[in-house]
Amino acid sequence: MPYNKQGEKEDNMKLNRRSFIKSAAAGSAIAAAGSIFPGISFANWKEQTGSAGQITWKKAPCRFCGTGCGVLVGVSGDRAVAVKGDPNCSVNKGLCCVKGFHVVQALYGKDRLRTAKVRRGGKMVEVPVSEALDIIAAKMKQTIKETGKDSVAMYGSGQWTIPDGYVASKLFKGCIGTNNVEANARLCMASAVTGFLTSFGTDEPMGCYEDIEHADVFVTWGNNMAEMHPVLFSRMLASRKRRGNVEIIDLATRSTRSSQASDKSILFKPNTDLAVANAICYEIIRNDWVNWDFVKKHTTFHKGKTNIGYGTEDHFKFKDAPEDISFEEYKEFLSDYTPKKVEKISGVSARDIKYLASLYGDPSKKCTSFWCMGMNQHVRGTWINNLVYNIHLLTGKISTPGNSPFSLTGQPSACGTVREVGTLTHKLPHGVVMKEAHRKMAAEIWDVPLTNIDPKPTYHTVEMFRALDRGDIRFIWIQVTNPMITMPNLTRYRNGALKDDRFIVVSDVYPTPTTDVADVVLPAAMWVEQEGMYGNSERRTQHFDRIVPGPGETMSDTWQIIEVARRLGYEKQFPWGEDEYIGKIWEEYRRFHDSPKHNMAPYDVLKKRSGVQWPFVDGKETRWRFNSKYDPACKPGSEFDFYGKKDGKAWIWARPYEPAAESPDDEYDFWLNTGRVIEHWHTGTMTRRVPVLHRAVPESYVEIHPEDAMNLGVTNGEMVKIISRRGEVTMKASIDGRGKPPRGMVFVPFFDESYKINEVTLDAFCPISKQPDYKKCAVRLEKA
Amino acid sequence: MPILSYLVLPQDGAMDQLCSDLSSMEYCEIIPADNQEVVVLVTDTPDDKVEETLQETLKNLPSLQSFSMTYGHNAV
Repeated sequence: MPYNKQGEKEDNMKLNRRSFIKSAAAGSAIAAAGSIFPGISFANWKEQTGSAGQITWKKAPCRFCGTGCGVLVGVSGDRAVAVKGDPNCSVNKGLCCVKGFHVVQALYGKDRLRTAKVRRGGKMVEVPVSEALDIIAAKMKQTIKETGKDSVAMYGSGQWTIPDGYVASKLFKGCIGTNNVEANARLCMASAVTGFLTSFGTDEPMGCYEDIEHADVFVTWGNNMAEMHPVLFSRMLASRKRRGNVEIIDLATRSTRSSQASDKSILFKPNTDLAVANAICYEIIRNDWVNWDFVKKHTTFHKGKTNIGYGTEDHFKFKDAPEDISFEEYKEFLSDYTPKKVEKISGVSARDIKYLASLYGDPSKKCTSFWCMGMNQHVRGTWINNLVYNIHLLTGKISTPGNSPFSLTGQPSACGTVREVGTLTHKLPHGVVMKEAHRKMAAEIWDVPLTNIDPKPTYHTVEMFRALDRGDIRFIWIQVTNPMITMPNLTRYRNGALKDDRFIVVSDVYPTPTTDVADVVLPAAMWVEQEGMYGNSERRTQHFDRIVPGPGETMSDTWQIIEVARRLGYEKQFPWGEDEYIGKIWEEYRRFHDSPKHNMAPYDVLKKRSGVQWPFVDGKETRWRFNSKYDPACKPGSEFDFYGKKDGKAWIWARPYEPAAESPDDEYDFWLNTGRVIEHWHTGTMTRRVPVLHRAVPESYVEIHPEDAMNLGVTNGEMVKIISRRGEVTMKASIDGRGKPPRGMVFVPFFDESYKINEVTLDAFCPISKQPDYKKCAVRLEKA
Repeated sequence: MPILSYLVLPQDGAMDQLCSDLSSMEYCEIIPADNQEVVVLVTDTPDDKVEETLQETLKNLPSLQSFSMTYGHNAV
């Protein structure tokens, strides 16, 4: 009997290979079915293929977006060889998108980082990981000694596992005593957070994905769900097909696949969603579609500062000053937003505005609003979140099945790691650094002196990279993210990182433009090469085991931080062994949320299930918050209790329309909008190494309206130069492609590191959330 | 030794019959959708001649309305 190199019998090897090919054949057919028949499920696939005994299947959340699809990872030996949707996961019920179906291939790119590297004499040389960790700890000690604790920083990610973010916060905030902890979720979620906090006093959606099966009307606000959240979009389409009376309205600044699949597509001019939302509220009040019983019992009215700036200058500061107003004052404020007036501002016809208002205002229709980057990456991101909540609060369409204002997330643990663990400069795992009670809780759980935790926040993400450029920060450790592609106004921040006396540590799985600027690169374990947890958009915590070993000297980001913490002398705070640390960290972290408002499931429960929603109280998950029928944290006897606010009432805000930080003018006469495509995830670090995804969209492009292209003298595929006040990029034109911008706008996907579109974008941000606006700046075009 | 996969649609009302027909055929494995009338069929035949015969049989199956190939592999 012939044997292969591993000593395996060749017959067995052939059998394994044929099983693998058959599994791939089945997976391909199921993927094709998913794209043709929305909502289709093959729940029995696991049993049928598993019966052959060739592949074992283990549960995990998908590595990519914030939807939190459950997948089953097929393992043969030490290798993940297949993936399929987990029929037991309520998020996706066995479905996967094209990225999810290929997720395991992202583990096995040829250029995986397997060893540590250190810059010596201008060149990166391989060193043992232990040596690299020694160098990092020594450099941190030296920097703190020479320039102070606030000159070292950690920049993490919504792709951090929950334990990754927790130990980072504990080390930097609790032990070192600096609030220099930020994460890239500042770039994608911060406006959602401040929207929730200002309207409800507490973060994260009140609803859940089950709303999709209950809602009669969906309005997607600047949200191309067909490409960005395809599994949830499929659930919407399936609900419409099954029930017949469901309507989907796509409200956006450019036409996309979501527009094509919707019942109605409405385009608005950039930033004028603020005016449209106010006009909808104007119409709801004018037609007396207000749910007065709900509004009187459960809401109060407020206004804040106006003309609040854009944060384009260093050291920008803003603090809102909320004031109480009456309903009559709010009504008077809305008189500037009649449908006719807003038609002129927004380009949306008065008729369409009235139609939208009639859908939200119809008491017989359940309404769900979805949004993601369009509303969050917005110089008035907090405001537009507030204004969509206003619509739901005025009509009382909130916190009940099918009635949900729902902010979706883009990363697998933006909610779990960044918002819940609190890996932002002002946050702690429970509460904020500014409040003594919250610092006391953290100091007790972390076993550090209370005085260690600084009551003053330091730098939000944009300001953190400005501080690196200025030299206020000298050492930064970047994990699981690629800021040298994603920072807006990128050239300034890359030049800052390259300055001689800056020290950059990067932990990642593949070489990126960010590892290019590093002084030390640590090879990280990826996804199911480590144990961990993610937290998705609907308050669902999802545990995954270490299913396969990582290559070379790869190490989880959590363990990297623990190793450095011990080298810095914090053995007492990081005492766990390698075989137990994730469970121990989870149980310590869970103490921060020990209340009916936020209780998390125990470790042993998480291990068993395909995700558990919080608040998890008395063994039960909470589907709809703030509604006493479902949420045990509500006051007994109250119908609704918005308990984030002291009086239990949600805030309706008077927030005006204000223009973008930079609008087209005579010199720079086009809007630039940036975003994503279904095949690639974020900066493409993983998906561009999956052959089928890379071949599907091998390079980025610029979408141009056909008439604008004709005026430029450009045909499809010809090169166009996109020029802003900050930089320029030359790339191929896409005319009448999958996305169609209106005249005067171009759109560029940012996944391709060969075309650094963020050298062109502007680092303006929402003054409340500090989240940058990647959707709006002014450019001019030239035929290249 | 071809391995192919198909999406197969049944004639109206013939989903159960189609599943029964396909699962009783040699070289065929099926994965029926549990919420729509669609079947994934994976065929694993020893050579091209058997493959051709199998495809002819599939084309003439009364319970089958249509089938479209989604994946093909042919190697030893």
